[in-house]
Amino acid sequence: MTLNARIPEGPLPHKWGNFKDHCQLVNPSNKPKHTILVVGTGLAGASAAATLAEQGYRVKSFCIQDSPRRAHSIAAQGGINAAKNYPNDGDSVWRLFYDTIKGGDYRSREANVYRLAQISNQIIDQCVAQGVPFAREYSGLLANRSFGGAQVSRTFYAKGQTGQQLLLGAYGAMMRQVAARQIELFPRREMLDLVVINGQARGIVVRNLLTGEFERYAGDAVVLATGGYSNVYYLSTNGKNSNVTAAWRAHKRGALFANPCFTQIHPTCIPVASEFQSKLTLMSESLRNDGRVWVPKQAGNQRLAQEIPEADRDYYLETRYPTFGNLVPRDVASRNAKQVIDEGRGVGSTGLAVYLDFRDAIASQGKSAIEARYGNLFEMYQRITGEDPYAVPMRIYPAVHYTMGGLWVDYHLMSTVPGLFVLGEANFSDHGANRLGASALMQGLADGYFIIPYTLGNYLATTPLPEVDTSDEAFGEAEASARTRTMKLLSIQGDKTVLDFHRELGHLIWNGVGIHRHQQGLKKTIEDVRSLRHEFWQNLRVPGEATTLNKNLEFAGRVADFMELGEVMARDALAREESCGCHFREEFQTASGEAQRRDEPFAIAAAWKYQGDEQPPELEHETLVFENVELTQRSYR
Amino acid sequence: MKINLKIWRQEHARVSGAFVHYTVANVQPDLSFLEVLDLLNEQLIAEGGVPVEFDHDCREGICGACGMMVNGQAHGPLQRTAVCQLYMRHFSDGDTVTVEPWRAKAFPVIKDLVVDRSALDRISAAGGYISVKTGAAPDANAVLVAKPDADTAFDYAACIGCGACIAACPNASASLFTAAKISQLALLAQGQPERKSRVVKMTQQMTAEGFGDCSNHGECQSVCPKGISIDAIAQMRREYIRAKLPFG
Ligand SMILES: Cc1cc2nc3c(=O)[nH]c(=O)nc-3n(C[C@H](O)[C@H](O)[C@H](O)COP(=O)(O)OP(=O)(O)OC[C@H]3O[C@@H](n4cnc5c(N)ncnc54)[C@H](O)[C@@H]3O)c2cc1C
Ligand code: FES
Repeated sequence: MTLNARIPEGPLPHKWGNFKDHCQLVNPSNKPKHTILVVGTGLAGASAAATLAEQGYRVKSFCIQDSPRRAHSIAAQGGINAAKNYPNDGDSVWRLFYDTIKGGDYRSREANVYRLAQISNQIIDQCVAQGVPFAREYSGLLANRSFGGAQVSRTFYAKGQTGQQLLLGAYGAMMRQVAARQIELFPRREMLDLVVINGQARGIVVRNLLTGEFERYAGDAVVLATGGYSNVYYLSTNGKNSNVTAAWRAHKRGALFANPCFTQIHPTCIPVASEFQSKLTLMSESLRNDGRVWVPKQAGNQRLAQEIPEADRDYYLETRYPTFGNLVPRDVASRNAKQVIDEGRGVGSTGLAVYLDFRDAIASQGKSAIEARYGNLFEMYQRITGEDPYAVPMRIYPAVHYTMGGLWVDYHLMSTVPGLFVLGEANFSDHGANRLGASALMQGLADGYFIIPYTLGNYLATTPLPEVDTSDEAFGEAEASARTRTMKLLSIQGDKTVLDFHRELGHLIWNGVGIHRHQQGLKKTIEDVRSLRHEFWQNLRVPGEATTLNKNLEFAGRVADFMELGEVMARDALAREESCGCHFREEFQTASGEAQRRDEPFAIAAAWKYQGDEQPPELEHETLVFENVELTQRSYR
Repeated sequence: MKINLKIWRQEHARVSGAFVHYTVANVQPDLSFLEVLDLLNEQLIAEGGVPVEFDHDCREGICGACGMMVNGQAHGPLQRTAVCQLYMRHFSDGDTVTVEPWRAKAFPVIKDLVVDRSALDRISAAGGYISVKTGAAPDANAVLVAKPDADTAFDYAACIGCGACIAACPNASASLFTAAKISQLALLAQGQPERKSRVVKMTQQMTAEGFGDCSNHGECQSVCPKGISIDAIAQMRREYIRAKLPFG
C-alpha cells in the first residue's frame, strides 16, 4: 500500500502558507472542551504542551523523569540551526532546506523539510523572547557559528549547553501554563499503551512509577514526543531513560514505524573503557575543526602516541578526502574509523579508538587559542578519561547518537492512527537517512511550537469525536494488557538480569545493524535477536515488587520492546537494498568505496506494519517525490 | 580495587531508614560512581536482594537527576562535578564510602537515595519565566543584550536543578536555586516587565515550600556542580528590595 502524506497544493514555498490559510480552526470557546494528552517533555513535547495550553486547550503532560526539565533534550550541546543569515554569508531558507535534504541523502520529504527551514527563524525569535541566553557578540547582537562542516554560519548556541537552555525556555513556558491551570503535570509516569476507540487515538494507559499503579487518561488526541531509540544499542550517547516503549506500543496499536534502520553514529565520542560502562559521552563535533584524526600505519602497534614518528602515522581522512579532510560528514568519518580499527590499527588499551590530535593546532595557534575554543571539552575529556589532551592526543570512537527512523507521520505530523500525532525525534520525518548537526533541536521546536498548533486544531475542527471516558472497554483491555506484560516480567525469576540482556542485544544490533550492514549479517541478526528475545522471556530475573519504585522493572519493560524493535531494524536494513546516508550496505558501494544509492526503487520511506508478536511485519511505503531538487551523488573527496 | 559502601536504605517516606554495608570488588578506576552502584545492584540481584534506587539519566552532569551525599558532601569530593561524573580513580582500594540521600524537609525521601524535588518545579511555576506567547516574538536581534550581561545570564541559567545547594545548606535554603533564575532574567532586557512580580512570587513560594532562609554560609556555591556564584543571592536580595520600595 502507498501512504498518503497529505502534502498541500502549490509551489514548495507556498505549501505551508496555503495550509495555514485554509485549515479549519477550533472556535476559542470550544478549545477548553478539548483535552490533549502530550507524552514527553523534551523540546518537542514541552513546546507543544505550552503552546496548546496557551491557546486554551486542556493539556495533560506526562514524562518519566521527576521533572519535565530533565528530558533528554537537556543534554544537547552544539547548537540549533536557523536561516536568519545574520552573518550575511549567503544563507537562506532555500539553502537550509537544500543542505538538509542533501545531507539526508534524499530520503526525506521535500515539503516537510522546506517548512522546517521556513519556520527555523521564528524559533530563534521565540527562544530569545523567552530569555534563552544565546551567545552574543560585543555589539549585543546574536553570535553564530558554522557547525558540522556547513559552509555558512547558521548555528545559534549557548556555550556547549544549547539543549539545556532551549529546554529550560520551553519548560518555563510550560510552567507558566501549569500555574494558569491549563497544564496538569504527570511526572514519573510511563506510557505503556495507546487506547484506540473507533479507530481514533483517545487515550493512554500509564504506570505510576512511584506506586506501580496503572492509570487511564482519556483525551481527544494524543501527542507523542517521546524521543529516539538509540538505546536499543545499549551503549549510546542518550540518557539512560531514553526508550522506544511509547512509540512501540503505539506501533502495535496500528501506527506504522518508518525507516527504523536509519540510525546515526557520531564519530567523536569518548571510547568505551570498561565492560561495565553504562553510557557513552559525546565530544562536540567542532573538535574536528582543529584536531587531526590518525592511526598508526602498521597494525598491532604497541607504542604510545608520542613515540610514533610522523612517517608511521596515517592521517587517513586527510589522505582519502583531500577536500573535506577531517570535516567529512558524520557517517563518512564513522565508517572510516571502523575500517582502520577493523584492520587492527585502532589505538588505546582496547584497540577500539582512533586519535584526534591537537599537537599541530597547539603548535601553530598556541595553547591559549585552543583552550579558549575547546577548554570545557578538554576538561570534560580529562575528567572522564584521566588523560590530558593538551599533552597526548584524544582517543575517540564512533557511538550511536540519534535515530532518524520513527513513527511514520504525514505532513500534519499525524501517524496512521487518526488522532495520534508524533513530534520530535520520535517521528521519522525531515532528516532522511542522515541528520545534519544542530537540526534536531530545530525540528523538535518547529514541531511543537509552530506546526502542531495548526494541524491538531485542523484535526479537532474537522473530526467527529464522540464522548469517551476511561470506563470504555478499550481502556480496560489496554490496561489489562499492560498489567499482564509488567507482571510477566516480574514472574519469570530466571538467571539473567535486564542489564545482561540489554548488553547482549546491544552487541547484536551494533554488529548487525551498525556502521556496516550486509545481507548475511542481517539475516543472522534477525535470527539472533529472535532467540535472545525468547531467552529473555524465559530467563529474565527482575527483583523487587510492582508496587513501589522499581527501576529494574521499568528497564525490563523497555528492553523487552527493544528486543522487538531490533528485529524490525534488521528487517528494514535487509529490505533496503542500497546504501544511503547512515545506511551502508556493503553490497552497494561505488568503485571508491562510497555509499551507492539506488533511487529507483528506494527513494521511499519504508513503513512497517505490525502483524502480531511472532509475525514478520508488513512493508508499506511512501514514494518520495522530488520536484525541486536534483538527486546527486554525495562526494567529499 | 575493593570499595566498601555504607548506603542509606529506606523503603518509603513513612518508615525510617538505616545504613547498610556492602562491598564491591573489582572496581576499575575508569568506572563512574554510579556505575559502581550499578555493579552493586547486579550483585544484589544475583544474591536475591533488592537493588538500591537512585535517580539518574544523562550521566553527563547536565540533567540534574542524580544527586546524593557522598561522604557527607553533596555530589562527593570533587568541585564542580555532579556525582554521575565522579570517577573511581579519585578513590583508593579499601575505602569506605558513605552514601545518603539529600536531606531537607522540603525533599521527602521516596525510596533509598531518591527524594521528591517537586517543590523546585513549584518555585519555577511561581514565576521562573518570561510570559511570552508563541508566535508573538519580535525579531531576535531587535533587542540588544550587552555581551557581559548575556554571559552572566548564561552562568546563572546553567543551573541543573539537582538540589545539591539545598542539601548542603545548614538551613536547607533554596536561595541559590531561586536566585539563579531571578538573576538570569533580571539581567536580560526581555525579563524587565515582570522583574518585580517575579522575585516576590518566587521567594514567597520558596518559603511556602518549607525551605529555610539564607544566612550566607556559602555551602551552596561550593557544592554546585555548575559553579553558580552566590552573587546571585545578593542580586535576588537587591531585586526584592527594589520590588518592595514604593518608587524602586
Ligand atoms: C549528547 C547529545 C547531544 C546532542 N546535541 C545536539 C545538538 O547540538 N543539536 C541538535 O540539534 N541536536 C542534538 N542532539 C539531538 C537532540 O538532542 C535530540 O534529538 C532531541 O533533543 C530530542 O528531543 P525530543 O523532544 O524529541 O525527545 P527527548 O528530549 O528525548 O524527550 C523525550 C521525552 O519523552 C518522555 N518519555 C519517553 N518515553 C516515555 C513513556 N513511555 N512514557 C512517558 N514519557 C516518556 C521522556 O520522559 C522525555 O520527557 C543531541 C543528542 C545527544 C544525545
Ligand atoms: S545523571 Fe544527569 S546530572 Fe547526573
